[in-house]
Amino acid sequence: MQLLLEQVLNGLQFGVTLLLMASGLTLVFGIMRLINLAHGSLFMVGAYVGATALAYTGSFLLGLAAGVAAAALTGMAMEALIIRRLYRRDHLDQVLATFGLILFFNELVRVVWGRQPLSMDTPAWLSGHVTVLPGVPYPSFRLAVIAVGVAVIALLYVLIMRTRVGMRIRAGASNREMIAALGVNIRLLYTLVFGFGACLAGLAGVMAAPFLAVQSGMGEDILILTFVVIVIGGIGSIRGAVAGALLVGVVDTLGRAYLPDLFALWLPPASAGTVGTALSSMAIYVLMAAVLAIRPQGLFGGAHD
Amino acid sequence: MTRGTFRLAAAAAALCTAVAGAASAAPVKIGMITTLSTGGGYLGEDIRNGFRLAMEQNDGRLGGVDVELIVEDDGRKPGNARQIATRLIQSEGVKVMTGSVFSNVAMATIPKIVRDGVIYISPNAGPAKLAGRLCHENYFNAAYQNDNFYEAMGQYFTDEGLDNVYLLAPNYAAGKDALTGFKRYYEGNVVGEVYTQLGQTDYAAEIAELRDADPDNVFFFYPGGMGINFIKQYVQAGLDESIPLYGPGFSADNTLVDAVGDAALGIVNSAHWSKDLDNPVNRRFVADYTERYDREPTLYAAQGYDTARLIGSALAATGGDVSDTAALREALAAADFDSVRGDFRFNTNHHPIQDIYVRKVVREDDGNLTNQLVAKVFDDHEDAYAGECALGQ
Repeated sequence: MQLLLEQVLNGLQFGVTLLLMASGLTLVFGIMRLINLAHGSLFMVGAYVGATALAYTGSFLLGLAAGVAAAALTGMAMEALIIRRLYRRDHLDQVLATFGLILFFNELVRVVWGRQPLSMDTPAWLSGHVTVLPGVPYPSFRLAVIAVGVAVIALLYVLIMRTRVGMRIRAGASNREMIAALGVNIRLLYTLVFGFGACLAGLAGVMAAPFLAVQSGMGEDILILTFVVIVIGGIGSIRGAVAGALLVGVVDTLGRAYLPDLFALWLPPASAGTVGTALSSMAIYVLMAAVLAIRPQGLFGGAHD
Repeated sequence: MTRGTFRLAAAAAALCTAVAGAASAAPVKIGMITTLSTGGGYLGEDIRNGFRLAMEQNDGRLGGVDVELIVEDDGRKPGNARQIATRLIQSEGVKVMTGSVFSNVAMATIPKIVRDGVIYISPNAGPAKLAGRLCHENYFNAAYQNDNFYEAMGQYFTDEGLDNVYLLAPNYAAGKDALTGFKRYYEGNVVGEVYTQLGQTDYAAEIAELRDADPDNVFFFYPGGMGINFIKQYVQAGLDESIPLYGPGFSADNTLVDAVGDAALGIVNSAHWSKDLDNPVNRRFVADYTERYDREPTLYAAQGYDTARLIGSALAATGGDVSDTAALREALAAADFDSVRGDFRFNTNHHPIQDIYVRKVVREDDGNLTNQLVAKVFDDHEDAYAGECALGQ
């Protein structure tokens, strides 16, 4: 029972990392109808700059600020220089161009920081563990990640639902011609939204850096899962991104932990291990297929259309 | 013919001879198709650096012969590697090749290259098939057979009476080979055996299961980024205080140790080389490499260095002639060079017979993390597949 609770906690924590990525990506898609494969590169930029700033200043919070700022600036520069030309193109062009950006950023990182993966240590005040349940020490840093995720969900809610900018963002997602006709500077709004999405990606990057390898191409592994999240949640829906991320995090973690045991109930141990391992790596894709079969627009998708 | 034209013709003839003379002393081309991009790019970079260092120490020569090293990146893709190999062989006339880092790339390229009459010396990848059934007279491996490090760790467990082990590896061919190699020499009890998805980033679920299984020791094989992720998360979960980590040298090379930071302290790992192996060649290699590249060499750099010096010994024996493949082969098989690993010779399947050690990650006086020798596990270890190879039988 304790183990199950711990695994659910692990799943939530993994889901939160995915959420930070997915909310930015889905925001950009919902408002600009843009598929941005280079979102993972912003995650990488956040992690690299965060790790470097930490190495120079020794302060995790400064590293965090630097990583988030660098990702936001990179994102906005990317929007102004390249992405802006893609809004009127079809999705294939967007995919090709942003895939090109992935290659560019991976190579850039290699030129600037070299091929050796960087190290980013957990700050001392977060490197211990907290006993969440008797006999279950849980790493404090993972708890901090969950806390940051909850804070971001709250921030997103307030921003989107309670502010004027948020109202424009929602309006832009529903009908962008109309909002432009009403005199809203849609260009600036797009850059701001893109920058905000990049901010969240950078935040995810810095928060992931202490327990992931900071290396060129690190954004792609998480990008694939992020796309699964927003497809499950409904493309363009923030609420969908929250639900999808937590669902994917928990299903993936519990699948890895329990599917092999489940199959051991009626299969010999050797083949139960093989089948369980194979199936657990497919679990989230099975989940995605099931969701799409029942609700092709995703859990919360299509609300505005 | 006037005197003028005669003189001109004579001059032209002299020039021709001079050019021909220069051509015969043209540098020997060595093709290095290695992995410089992707997450595994630092492996190829270290191999290349080690190789270049051996050339630079001898003013661009190997075995007293001028050589030209052509370096190409395969991007870890077998298709790329095949294409580049064809180009190097057909348009550049390359007769000696090296570079392969990953076994899947090696399996897709080396059999064809050696069938085309080109000599191939692997500086890293050592898949079982190339050591056994698919061994070839033109193929040499200057590094290790893939199973060697895992076998050594299994033997170390047996020697030290370590028991109740929990095994983890990614779910692909090399991961399964790793655990099979370990179990070939391990005699104790296996508490759990877990295969994770290739490229997995988060290991929280596996680590919670592991704690629940309560083993005495953990043996893991996670190369590259997966290793960094796993070790960091293992230490953050506080498990390193109660259950020690053991792995192959690939999981604790200096680059990984630097990227993992303090969390890597105390990891016990097996390898054929260590920075503190006490022989003159190794001392000079470590000093020169550290000075030239401003970081410590890894075992990959050591392999690149040895590969270059092995080729050098063969070029010295043949006087720089690479057209006589049989003579070159014979010179390579003799392995007449001083390895940074100390004892080194080739088995009948052209794979090394060498000593394998166990090392431990420690902190040096200057705060730098590095590997230190703990024990020699195997003396003159042969790989398990030499018997399946038809060479020398």
